Amino acid sequence: MRKWIFVIMTILLAILSVFVGVENVPLSDALHLTKEQVDILMISRFPRTVSIIIAGAGMSICGLIMQQLTRNRFVSPTTAGTLDAARLGVLVAIMVFPHATTITKMLIAFVFSVAGTFIFIQLLNRIKFKDTIFIPLVGLMFGSIISSITTFFAYKNNLVQNINAWLQGDFSAVLRGRYEMLYITIPLFLIAYIYANRFTVVGMGESFAVNLGLNYKVIVAIGLTLVALMTSSVILTVGTIPFLGLIVPNIISIYVGDNLRQTLPLTALFGASFVLACDILGRLIIFPYEISISLMVGVLGSGIFIILLLRREKYAA
Amino acid sequence: MIETKQITKRYQNKTVLNAIDLEVPEKQITAFIGANGAGKSTLLGIVSRLLKKEGGEVLIDDMDINEWKSKALSKKLAILKQNNQMTARLTVEDLVSFGRFPYSQGRLTKDDHEKVDEALAYMGLEPLRKNYLDALSGGQQQRAYIAMIIAQDTDYVLLDEPLNNLDMKNAVQMMKTLRRLVDDFGKTIILVLHDINFASCYADYMVGLKNGEIVAQGSTEEIMTSDKLKDIYDMHLDITEINQCKYCLYFK
Repeated sequence: MRKWIFVIMTILLAILSVFVGVENVPLSDALHLTKEQVDILMISRFPRTVSIIIAGAGMSICGLIMQQLTRNRFVSPTTAGTLDAARLGVLVAIMVFPHATTITKMLIAFVFSVAGTFIFIQLLNRIKFKDTIFIPLVGLMFGSIISSITTFFAYKNNLVQNINAWLQGDFSAVLRGRYEMLYITIPLFLIAYIYANRFTVVGMGESFAVNLGLNYKVIVAIGLTLVALMTSSVILTVGTIPFLGLIVPNIISIYVGDNLRQTLPLTALFGASFVLACDILGRLIIFPYEISISLMVGVLGSGIFIILLLRREKYAA
Repeated sequence: MIETKQITKRYQNKTVLNAIDLEVPEKQITAFIGANGAGKSTLLGIVSRLLKKEGGEVLIDDMDINEWKSKALSKKLAILKQNNQMTARLTVEDLVSFGRFPYSQGRLTKDDHEKVDEALAYMGLEPLRKNYLDALSGGQQQRAYIAMIIAQDTDYVLLDEPLNNLDMKNAVQMMKTLRRLVDDFGKTIILVLHDINFASCYADYMVGLKNGEIVAQGSTEEIMTSDKLKDIYDMHLDITEINQCKYCLYFK
């Protein structure tokens, strides 16, 4: 029931997204498009909308899985160093293999984000003081350290501008031929869904998982690998979308709970429609110019994040 | 049957369990008792494969615990640790359904649904089945966890301080439920208990630990004497009997 509301909302927003833009393609022309209009739709609008949906859903699922595995509501790719590590990977790829294909870059970014995430998990295991807020703060600091290394080497090699492109999530550069790598994420969604029950069990704690005959460490490793893969492919095609993995899963959790079998599809759909809405707004506010998605989600997201923090006594603590 | 041979456990250089030999009686309630840090919870953790041991072996139905497949063992033995930092928001029904995970990996069959319904009914949780766990009282939460263990349908049930954070009424209810699980369903239950009098009233067998060693074990009748309890707790305890149940007075 609830699922269908989200499905319809996502479809409506997606249709809207296809028909909103500088070049006028009114919905009423949908049945008799000129060749020019078909080109605009196929080269720009359609890839853009698809990438928004995949990236929005993907980053939200990443957050959901991370929160479940670390048993902390404030852990997400943004607050665990995953994004920063992936970006360092991109820089290394550009510096060491300047002519590498996107796939190679993605693999290198993937290796870095896996490493970054696992280092963060190791840090978590060593921290005695397990306050709900303290852990994401450690993650943010860890991310900033990685980020400063990235900036340093980018600066020395005149790559700052290049790297900033990955810092700022932006859908306006998404065109046919430059976003298809995102499709890698779709099978990952399926794997995440297959493992949804196991992630829920692991989220109840190690002894709970072992009691039910699960291999705790293997499930955690699978979850974090999925997160790292999704994050790297999104970062390389769209860029960083901050806070998304933080707010979307939390809002769903407040209303639907934490049984991933049920919440994972909802989180994906809500993430997609949230980013669609932000992107459409960003395209309209200063029309015909655009506000980048990372700014839109960042502003809205940090606001919602503050609200979540303020009501955490009731919910997350 | 659960049996341990010469179990040894060390944390860094400190020996917390030393050469523990134990045979847990079948279809009875066995209580591990002893002072804080005596090694009760560690022993329970090792017997349930949650903790690794440095030496010795644990036999479950005559097979070494390391040779058991974790999934197969989860149909044989259930362990519930005191759970005070629950974060996930699940409904009671979701939680109890996870008890069937070893059998169906999350895709519940008709048979699984029946077991879940039975467990919910047994613990009187039907009216609460759609409620979120974090909205329940401590006693109700503990009942939901026990319902999960019942749904898991294992011969052996291991519980680490199941009475923690329960008030008197809920604690008595919990012990009565465990008693019925043994008497009606023939389960073998091992508990770590802090309250010696609960152990005395509901357990059949007692294992007293001190400094990582078993200093006394036997039927409740045998252990509930001033002498034996002095060996375990290092303090003088008066025993009194009310309605055929022995109580130990340690308040003054």
